[in-house]
Amino acid sequence: MSAPLPPAIEVEHLVKSYAGMTAVADLSFTVARGEIIGFLGPNGAGKSTTMRILTGYLPANSGTVRICGHSVAAEPDAVKRLIGYMPENNPLPEDMRVSEYLYFRGRLKEIARRKLGPRIDEVLELCDLKRVRHKIIGQLSKGYRQRVGIAEAILAEPPVIIMDEPTIGLDPHQILIVRDLIAGLRGRMTVIISSHILPEIEMTCDRVLIINRGRVVAQGSPADLRREVLGHTAYQLTVAGDLAALPALITAVEPTFKISATGEPDAAGFSTVTLSTERDEEFGEPLLRALVAQNLRVRALSRAHPTLEDVFLAATRRSWDAKQPSAPKPPVPSV
Amino acid sequence: MKHFLTLLSHELRMLLVSPSTYIAATAFLFFMGFIFTGILETYTKAPQDTSPANVFFATFFLPVFFMVPLLTMKCLAEERRLGTIETLLTTPVTTTEVVLGKYAAAYALYLSLWGATGGFFYILKRFSSDPRLLDSGPLIGGYIFIAVSGLLFIAIGVFASSLSRNQAVAGILAFVMLAALIIGGRWLSEATFLNRDGLAPAKAVVEYMQVFSHYDDFTRGVIDARHLLFYFSGTAIALIFSILSVEAKLLHA
Repeated sequence: MSAPLPPAIEVEHLVKSYAGMTAVADLSFTVARGEIIGFLGPNGAGKSTTMRILTGYLPANSGTVRICGHSVAAEPDAVKRLIGYMPENNPLPEDMRVSEYLYFRGRLKEIARRKLGPRIDEVLELCDLKRVRHKIIGQLSKGYRQRVGIAEAILAEPPVIIMDEPTIGLDPHQILIVRDLIAGLRGRMTVIISSHILPEIEMTCDRVLIINRGRVVAQGSPADLRREVLGHTAYQLTVAGDLAALPALITAVEPTFKISATGEPDAAGFSTVTLSTERDEEFGEPLLRALVAQNLRVRALSRAHPTLEDVFLAATRRSWDAKQPSAPKPPVPSV
Repeated sequence: MKHFLTLLSHELRMLLVSPSTYIAATAFLFFMGFIFTGILETYTKAPQDTSPANVFFATFFLPVFFMVPLLTMKCLAEERRLGTIETLLTTPVTTTEVVLGKYAAAYALYLSLWGATGGFFYILKRFSSDPRLLDSGPLIGGYIFIAVSGLLFIAIGVFASSLSRNQAVAGILAFVMLAALIIGGRWLSEATFLNRDGLAPAKAVVEYMQVFSHYDDFTRGVIDARHLLFYFSGTAIALIFSILSVEAKLLHA
């Protein structure tokens, strides 16, 4: 086969509206094979709706979705064989045992009977579920239930895995396990996960897609997003002395430097100053040298590391502002 | 249809391991046993024209009103309430397979519950010296009637379950629809306003839909193709509407 494989997920101009409300408005994105992509957005941004459309569970109003080259609308059966899906809140039957449930799901996903036993053992091992394989799902703790959902999604080894908030309600230790599990799928399967826990996404995902009000507001790797959305690097400086000389001093180090905030001096006379620059290089050392040369007393200098959270807030705020230019200040989207 | 057997065996398995199945079966047999002893008591007091089987199966509507909603109200409503319908329908199964699997499992349980009442007749045969008490005609006819009419009753229950995500609502809907079919038909046939000439076709329809008169025919040994057609087509319509209802709820979610 010489033709290149089609991308794992292609979404073009997707629109979905519920009774009078547009949940997804002209959404387009592409996910390459083997990529782990994080799907972010405030509540009601259309994340779950988009995921449901990707699985073929909900029909779209317009636009096309192709999974590995198969159109979801035209070939739903083919698409269902290509995906593993874990819905929001991970619904599971209460009164089945873990191994029974996986066996039933495996049969529905058309795994041959003789392959199913070994495969179930394999996913139980992967998801660290061996100890609870004979337990009834309704009696399991949230962490185990969540892992049963993940085990079910990867059971048939589909090329595309779609998980809606797989780490919601887990404790930090369980989040770590789930994160390792997802990272272990890298390269073999295309994974698309939505989450509210941003460090989570940052650590596992190759690429992040931020959507708000049914549109993509930013996409790229976490580092790219930081640059693109925030557009500056910030330094935090705790300094004492003649602060009047500071603006001239910092522009001498780098012309784009400016003071974006100055705090009140504390008891010892040190104030915290926030500097920002549009450039991305490291200016810590020349800055420190210049400050000391001017006889300013420096207690601390650090380069602020903007979290994905900042990017997310900035990107969603930007999209709110763009959508409502004249409206009174919109409520801050809940994260 | 290749997933139908997987779904059916799954549903049957879930029924077999669920304590509520056994509680429902015990309560059903207790209730039916109570009716059966009541019938036998009247036979000990005075000789009767009809066989006990005849009288016993004539009370079919009592368990139908209560058992059918209880057996079927869970099937689709529960899946929707828990959200497991979402995981189910994102595997390569069709809505038709899901609905038919649930229907077949509920019908199998219904049949086996009625089948268990066969024990009453066995006990009667074993301990009564009077062979006239056990007339095999009405007995076989009665069971055939139960099996054929059960197809439609269970399908109505499944349809009711597809309409709501609340089990109680689904149960009450099923009860009302069954009552309308069984009692409502009888009430309409006695209503005088249908006796006008212009309403003769409507009258004919009502007469055709008389579940009690179907029952009489079956126990007399008359298995009329029209009756069979009524139940089979009714079942098909109820199931088609159930499938459409599940799919419509997705479209307008």
